[in-house]
Amino acid sequence: MKCSEFLNELTNYLDGALDARTKSELDDHLAWCHNCYVVCDTTRKTIEIYRGSELYELPEDLRTRLRSAIMSKCTAHKKSDPPR
Amino acid sequence: MSTIQPNIEQPVSEEMQLVRRAKRGDDQAFEELVRRYDRNVFRIAQHITQNREDAEDVVQEAFLKAYRNLEKFQEQSKFYTWLVRIAVNEALMKLRRRKPERTVSLDEDVKTEDDSLPREVADWSPNPEQNYSQGELREILTRTIQGLPSGFRTVFVLRDVEGLSTEETAQALDLSIPAVKSRLLRARLQLRERLSRFFQKKASGDVASGDGDQ
Repeated sequence: MKCSEFLNELTNYLDGALDARTKSELDDHLAWCHNCYVVCDTTRKTIEIYRGSELYELPEDLRTRLRSAIMSKCTAHKKSDPPR
Repeated sequence: MSTIQPNIEQPVSEEMQLVRRAKRGDDQAFEELVRRYDRNVFRIAQHITQNREDAEDVVQEAFLKAYRNLEKFQEQSKFYTWLVRIAVNEALMKLRRRKPERTVSLDEDVKTEDDSLPREVADWSPNPEQNYSQGELREILTRTIQGLPSGFRTVFVLRDVEGLSTEETAQALDLSIPAVKSRLLRARLQLRERLSRFFQKKASGDVASGDGDQ
């Protein structure tokens, strides 16, 4: 297996979306190709870091304000266009 | 640091019961749907618009649109996937309004082949994120993901940050499954490449500072 072929399957490999035979071919490649091993390992870490990063959390006070604004607009909409 | 767990693991039937109650005019049921998904919609909106006020508007507009169009929701997908689709469209509209000089779409900058091939293969230090303060790390992660083309960024956020499946991401973005997979691969590889500037081991065993690499 060439490195480019490995890279093409990297997303399926990381997502566990491969059949057993293809996965085993990729495992074999990783066992001897250090560059692909590093790319695979650091890509996995990239995903984990972003998944746990808590970027853009919604503060509780803003959340309450937004929800209240949404619900009052919904109520206004219902009054102007009541369900038949 | 706790892990973001998207609110999508609830049994479908429970979500669908809320949707059906809301369709019958039960606003408390709709409010419960807002509570379940407002954080997710806000994150997605801010990742796309990169602007907090726009993201707040998107949260309001997406839920209001969902409320008004609830009758049209055919229950063929999860309510959350349908809601994300509305939110993504609202967010892209905001982006277009703010940057009218640029055509913004999910097809933007989708080049082929070599743009994502790894050039940087130095290994990272163990737990590299621990070498930065929370504020520094946040800055690095924000700047890095903001540098991705919006078509890649959106797929990465839905799939890897919010935890939608490949199929749900395809539904939400109206893309084919191969298109989602291809964009996800490139997004992941580009982020990895850019983060390597900050996280790679130095030859001496020290941690890269990231300075001077920008």
